[in-house]
Amino acid sequence: MARFIGRRLLLSLVTLWLLATIVFIIANVLPNDVGRTILGPFAPQESVDALNEKLGTNRPILVRYVDQIRGVFTFDYGDSFVNGRPVLPQLADAIGRSAKLAGLALIITIPVAIMAGLYAARRRDRPVDRAIVLLGVTSSSIPEFVTGTILVVVVGVQLKLLPVLATPPRNADILTQFRFLLLPALSMAIVYFGYIARMTRAGTIEVLQADYTRTAAMKGLTTAQTMRRHVLRNALIPTVAVIAVQIGYLFGGIIAVEKIFNYNGMGQTMLSAAQRKDIPMLTAGVIIIGVVYMVATLIADLTIAWMNPRIRLDAER
Amino acid sequence: MDLPATPSPLARVAPTTPGATSERTQARRETLKVLLRRPAFIIGCLVMIGWIITAILGQRITPYDPFNSFSGGHLPPGSGHLLGTDRLGRDVLSRVMVGSRDVLVVAPLAAIVGVVAGTLLGLVMGFYRGLIDDVLSRLVEAFLALPVILVALLTLVVLGSSPLVVVCVVGILFTPIVARTVRSAVLSERQLDYVTAAKLRGESGPFILTREIFPNVLGPTVVEMTVRFGYAIFTVATLSFLGVGIQPPSADWGLTVSEEYTNMISGVWWPTLFPALAIASTVVAVNLIADSLQSVLNE
Repeated sequence: MARFIGRRLLLSLVTLWLLATIVFIIANVLPNDVGRTILGPFAPQESVDALNEKLGTNRPILVRYVDQIRGVFTFDYGDSFVNGRPVLPQLADAIGRSAKLAGLALIITIPVAIMAGLYAARRRDRPVDRAIVLLGVTSSSIPEFVTGTILVVVVGVQLKLLPVLATPPRNADILTQFRFLLLPALSMAIVYFGYIARMTRAGTIEVLQADYTRTAAMKGLTTAQTMRRHVLRNALIPTVAVIAVQIGYLFGGIIAVEKIFNYNGMGQTMLSAAQRKDIPMLTAGVIIIGVVYMVATLIADLTIAWMNPRIRLDAER
Repeated sequence: MDLPATPSPLARVAPTTPGATSERTQARRETLKVLLRRPAFIIGCLVMIGWIITAILGQRITPYDPFNSFSGGHLPPGSGHLLGTDRLGRDVLSRVMVGSRDVLVVAPLAAIVGVVAGTLLGLVMGFYRGLIDDVLSRLVEAFLALPVILVALLTLVVLGSSPLVVVCVVGILFTPIVARTVRSAVLSERQLDYVTAAKLRGESGPFILTREIFPNVLGPTVVEMTVRFGYAIFTVATLSFLGVGIQPPSADWGLTVSEEYTNMISGVWWPTLFPALAIASTVVAVNLIADSLQSVLNE
C-alpha cells in the first residue's frame, strides 16, 4: 500500500507542476503586456511601464516562470495586483466559507443520490427506474445559477420559506446558518445528484449481473447480506471516482451560486478579482481548486484501492 | 459530423459497393427508427427545433421589438405583455424568443472545436501508445484538474471577452475530456483483427487511424459531440451570467439573468425566471437527445 501511495503522490506532483505551467502560460504568455492589459488600450506608455516595473511583470519570462513554480510548491502565490499584499491569507477566509457551502451540498446530495441509484438499479427498466434516470439527466444538465434562480423565485420569493441571501447575520447559531445556506447548497446539490445517481445505478447494475453476486444468492444469503457484503463494495467504486472528479466542477458552479445568493466566498472573491484584473488572485484561485481536485482524486483512488484489493495490487505492479 | 440520423451523402451519391452501402443505410434507418420510438428523443428534438425557429425568425414573429420597443419598466405578466417587461420596459417574451441566438452559435462551435481536437488527440494517444501517450496523458490529467469556469474567467480577463475567445477557451477546455473518451474507445479497437490485418498489409499509421479505426469509434464520438454540446450551453450560459461571456446588448438568456437577478428579492421575478427556464429547457433537451443516442448506439 505504501508503494501505491508513493507512486500516486509522485504523479500528483507532476500533475501539479503541469497545472501550474498551464496557468502560467494563460496569465503571463497570452497577454504580451500585463500592464497594458490592466490599464487598457488608451493608457500612456509611461504608466504601463511604471506599472510593469511595480508588478515585476517586466522581468524575463523565464525568471517569472521559475518564481511562480517555486511559489506553488512553497505556498507563496504572489501578491495581489490590487492591494499589494500576499493573496493566500486574503483567500483563506473565503475558501473556508465556500468549503462550508460545498460541504453542505455534498452532505445533502451524496446519500440521497446513492440511495436513488441503488433503488433504480434493483428495479431496472421499470417505470421508477426510467423516472430516476430521467430526473438524473435533467438535474445534472441545468446550470446551478438557473436552478438557483428557480429556487429563489419559488421557495424564497413566492412561498417565503427560506432566506434568499446566503450570508447569515453575524454570530448566528448553527441552525440559522444552515437555514441561510440551504437554498444555495440545494442548487448545487441538484446538479450533483444526477451524476452520482446515474453512476451508482450503472455500477450496481454491472455488479448485480456478476457471477459472484449469483453465487452469493445461491449459497443462501439474504438479499440484504448479498447487497452489503458483495454488491455495495464493488458497485460504489465508480461512484467514489465520480464524486471526486465532480468536486472540481462543484467549485466552478459555486462562483455562479455565490453571485445569485450574494455569498461572500471564494467565488465572489474571484469575480471581484476578475473585474479588477487581479491576475495573481485569479491564478491562485485556479491552482488552489486544482490542488483540491487532486487531493480529492487521490483520496478517491486510495478509497477505491481499499475497497478492491485487485486494483491496489495491479497498481503496485 | 456524420450523424447516424442522416444517411451519409457518400452513400447516396457514389454507391461503389452496392451491397455494403445499402446495408449501412439500412442500419442507419434502423437506428433512426429505434430513436424515434423514444419519447425523450422526440421531446428533445422538438424543443431544440422550436428554439432554432424562434432564433432564426426573430423579430418577424415576436409580439414586440425585442431591442427597440420600450414601454413601462417591470410591468407584471399579463397586461398586454404576456410575460411582463424588463427594467427598461422591453417585452420579456420577445427577448426570450431571440435570446437563443448567440448561445446556439457559440456553444455548438465550442463543442466542435473540443470534439475535433479531442478526437484527433485521442486517436493518436490510443493508437501509438508509448511515450506520446504517456506525456499527453499527464497533460490531459493536468487539464482535467482545471476548474473550467474559473480558467475561462481568467483567460477572458486576460484576453478580453469576445465570442471567438469564448469558443476557443471552452473548446480547448473540453478537448482533454473528449480525448480521454476517444482514447479508451481506440484502445479496445486496436487489438481487433482488422487493425492487425491492416498493419500486415503494410498500411501507414495515419491511414489505419482515419480509414480503419475512426469509422469504428464514430459512435462514441457522436455521443460525445451531443454531450459536449449540452455542456457547452451550460458553460457559455454560466460565463454570460458571470459577465464574461456574451456581451450586451444581446438578449442572451444568461446575460439577461445577470442583469435582472437582483430584482428578484423585491418581487420582480419575471424578467429573471423566464430566461432561466429557457436555458433549462434547452440544456435538458440536448441532454435528452444525447442520452437517447448513447443508449441506442451502445445497444
